[in-house]
Amino acid sequence: MDLIFEQLVRIAQYYPVILKGIGITLGLSVIGIVGGCIAGFLLGIGRASTNKPLRAVIGLYTDIFRGTPVLIQVFVAFFVLPEFGIELTSFTAGAVALANLNACFVSEIVASGIRAVPRGQLEAASSSGLGRVQQMRLIVLPQAIKVVIPSLVGQFVLLVKDSSVVSAIGLFDLTRSGWVIVQSIPNGLLVFSMVGIGYFLICYPLLNLSRRLEKR
Amino acid sequence: MLSALNFRVIVETLPQYWMGFLATLSISLAAFAGALLIGVIACALSIQPSRFLRTPAVVYIDVVRATPLLAQLYFLYFGLPSLGILMPELVVGVIALSLNSGAYVSEIIRSGINAIPVGQTEASASSGMSYWQQMRLIILPQALRPMVSPMIGQAIVLVKDSSLLSLISVFELTRVGQTLASERFMPVEGLATTAVCYLILYYGLKLMAAAWGRMYHPLASH
Repeated sequence: MDLIFEQLVRIAQYYPVILKGIGITLGLSVIGIVGGCIAGFLLGIGRASTNKPLRAVIGLYTDIFRGTPVLIQVFVAFFVLPEFGIELTSFTAGAVALANLNACFVSEIVASGIRAVPRGQLEAASSSGLGRVQQMRLIVLPQAIKVVIPSLVGQFVLLVKDSSVVSAIGLFDLTRSGWVIVQSIPNGLLVFSMVGIGYFLICYPLLNLSRRLEKR
Repeated sequence: MLSALNFRVIVETLPQYWMGFLATLSISLAAFAGALLIGVIACALSIQPSRFLRTPAVVYIDVVRATPLLAQLYFLYFGLPSLGILMPELVVGVIALSLNSGAYVSEIIRSGINAIPVGQTEASASSGMSYWQQMRLIILPQALRPMVSPMIGQAIVLVKDSSLLSLISVFELTRVGQTLASERFMPVEGLATTAVCYLILYYGLKLMAAAWGRMYHPLASH
């Protein structure tokens, strides 16, 4: 028991490392969520449109990222893009990979929300003289968003957790900070319990929010 | 872009990818079997009226769902040795994947059971059936069918998640790609081929889900 307490104190002394890790994890998550939502809504609108080639291209694009591990995508952003002249720092590479992955999942969620809006709504909107952009903005999207919000929040939880793989390209996120601390404090259960608590504090409120929204 | 790829190297290393593909497939199958077992037990406990049985299951499910698999994997990988338990990386990896997916499987089973109208339970109870008879004869046969699609979805997640095992140096698809990328300095070829292998597994599972959908929900539009 004394040993555990002593180790806890030693872990606490690593607080700058842990705070930095939490900062990077939160930063990546926010960029991934905001960037992914903007791109994902645009892709989703295209995916639910009547334009067949556009639908197919977006479907294929999102499938490629939904069907491969996020670890591979982070490696591609960091190791492959430079081969094509795009040099990214590890943070930018991680942020781009996460935002892109999130966009692909958000796209499918938004598209399913748009498809859930009854056709009659569109017909009524267009016979009231609304243009296509206005129909989307004023009639379809507000209703679609209401349907998909619980799934979107659930997707954000997945993204926060996915952000942990950026530690594989040397980014100093929360998981990486645990990995560094465990090298000098050889109690993996204790160190990674602390890391887990960090993620739990971020993700659990979101999970609960998603559940509550789903019940409403 | 295609002309930039060195196809000779890809063809040369195909046997390694095949081994990696088989490794990923067997890891995923073993972990999914484990997840089903854990999921059934966790779900059975989480719907018990007794708080003593329910709480541990609910805590397990919530903790797994609110923390990343990579942190769980490191928890076991660095943690088990500090308890004096030494196991090969492969075993640790499969256990971590099973525990992780088990929580999601449990949620899938629970929502399948919850979707059965309460009237069914009431009717079977008033016909004199015991709890287990109700479950076995009335609830589960109806609940199983709608569970299949989300289970395939979870299998897709599991296959992709298994790539994290490469970070504790387990031999599987991602490891093969990484080796080719770093030892032969061919990140494009190495990672692209790995991605294609995962896509084969992804589309295979997706086709299974679609075939199941056509078989049992012929009127539903997709």
